[in-house]
Amino acid sequence: MNGPAAVTPPLGQPDASAPIKAIRLRHPWRMVFAVLLVAIFALFVIDAAFRPAYDWPAVGKYLFDRRISMAALVTIELTVFSMVIAIVLGVILAVMRLSPNPVVKSVAWFYLWIFRGTPVYVQLTIWGLISLIYTTIDIGLPFMTPWISFSTNAALNTFTLAVIGLALNEAAYMAEIVRAGLLSVDKGQEEASIALGMSWSQTMTRVILPQSMRVIIPPTGNEVISMLKTTSLVTAVPFSLELFTRSRDISAETFNPIPLLIVASIWYLFFTSILMVGQYFLEKRFSRGVGDRQSNKSDAGNATALTGALPVIGAGQPTVVLPPKQDTPGTPGTEGAR
Amino acid sequence: MSGSTGPGSTVVEPPMVLAEQVTKSFGSNEVLKGISLEVRRGEVMCLVGPSGSGKSTFLRCINHLEVLSAGRLSVDGELIGYRESNGKLYEMAPKEAAKQRRDIGMVFQRFNLFPHMTALQNVMEAPLRVKGLPKAKVEATARDLLARVGLADRADYYPAHLSGGQQQRVAIARALAMEPKLMLFDEPTSALDPELVGEVLDVMKGLAKEGMTMIVVTHEMGFAREVADSLVFMDAGVVVESGLPSEVLANPRHARTQAFLSKVL
Repeated sequence: MNGPAAVTPPLGQPDASAPIKAIRLRHPWRMVFAVLLVAIFALFVIDAAFRPAYDWPAVGKYLFDRRISMAALVTIELTVFSMVIAIVLGVILAVMRLSPNPVVKSVAWFYLWIFRGTPVYVQLTIWGLISLIYTTIDIGLPFMTPWISFSTNAALNTFTLAVIGLALNEAAYMAEIVRAGLLSVDKGQEEASIALGMSWSQTMTRVILPQSMRVIIPPTGNEVISMLKTTSLVTAVPFSLELFTRSRDISAETFNPIPLLIVASIWYLFFTSILMVGQYFLEKRFSRGVGDRQSNKSDAGNATALTGALPVIGAGQPTVVLPPKQDTPGTPGTEGAR
Repeated sequence: MSGSTGPGSTVVEPPMVLAEQVTKSFGSNEVLKGISLEVRRGEVMCLVGPSGSGKSTFLRCINHLEVLSAGRLSVDGELIGYRESNGKLYEMAPKEAAKQRRDIGMVFQRFNLFPHMTALQNVMEAPLRVKGLPKAKVEATARDLLARVGLADRADYYPAHLSGGQQQRVAIARALAMEPKLMLFDEPTSALDPELVGEVLDVMKGLAKEGMTMIVVTHEMGFAREVADSLVFMDAGVVVESGLPSEVLANPRHARTQAFLSKVL
């Protein structure tokens, strides 16, 4: 038998560096499942292509219909406006939750409790009925005749109400994301900043927030994508000019709902795909200076080549490679310690 | 509040740091039990002692990162964290406290460099934002400082790409950028690999030679013997013994000091 003879040499010196030559382990079932999945998928696609109910010509016809593309634009507007308000409000709520003032803290907690504890659809419906609850909006001192008073219906159209409804709900989630981000920054960062004489707001904007962005951005990207899809619920307000409701309205006239749902889905997919790409670049930008294991691999490699200090995490001889200007490499051992 | 002497207005030149019966409690845990000491201008004082003895807490009291429970602490004749008028103490607003901290540099055990800024940006941040100095001037000074700590060619590196010793030297440069009159070092070499300790201590020696007033919490007895003007041994929140480093290290008078030194020397 040459079994033992074949095993020993690679362990010893001579062949240890040679690439391992071995018969690959076979995974026959992987192949089987892959073929099966591809077959099922192909079957579905072929079937869908010829199934009359999908009505592909209609999909093509409505995909770039002016009403649909206008509705897509409105969907984007809803997403952007409500997300911007939600992020601003979320940062405020997050800072409030971290406040030493117990009243401020409880108010923020109460807000989250209400807005996270009830469905968006219900909240949007209530916003739609707001003019029944508050018929006029008055500005002035309590229990006095108001300085200005206008009717709620006139002041807030359904688009505004939809934005308010979406934003206030989303702010509750954003608050939690921002809070987690702020808490993820090491306490030493705040101390170092304060010790340099920087004010609270400088510490926040220059030191804490930029670092918490790394933690805040990925979930925020998810929230934007989620918000884009949640805009389809504003029909509860009722606001009807965004993508989903608009395509439903068109199909109510044509009695052909399926192709219009496909059209809407294609538009949603198009937007979410763009957002995902944007998110990737934002994440890269904010992981600057932090050796992110995955996204910065090449970057870290570069730096190592230059410093020579990084790669030897366990091997422990970094000082040797320091620049020639270095004054100390010889001394450290003799210094101080014992 | 005891405070036997005045805040130092009568003296021609007040001591750089004057601590009188400084006491600090965290809840029911009294960490500092009345520390009184004086650091002269240009003096290098080493604070040594077992962990938990309150050295770091005392250091953090000096720039008001911790608020005293009792006693008085003044830097350069100025009461830290409080304003005194008509015999009453008024707590300082954050802005005033920040103003006091500008003149006190601090170096931390774990460096606490800002990871999202390069070495140069780390050093430039405070002079730019806090003092509002012009950018070109700040950058020139920052590059000088980095050269002084031997890192001129590392200016554009992020902290993650520097070794521990290099990071700590950047941290020292960052503190010096505010032109402090007092430097506090909180175990500056404790988080470093042994072979990186020397490069940081060398920078500190250079600083001491230039006449910087320094308070150093450290376990590096060799550094204390060579550089320090005075050595203070603390244990369980009190100053057990202090004096010239050579004397305290060679002939410790208290049993507690002897026991500690026999372990670390």
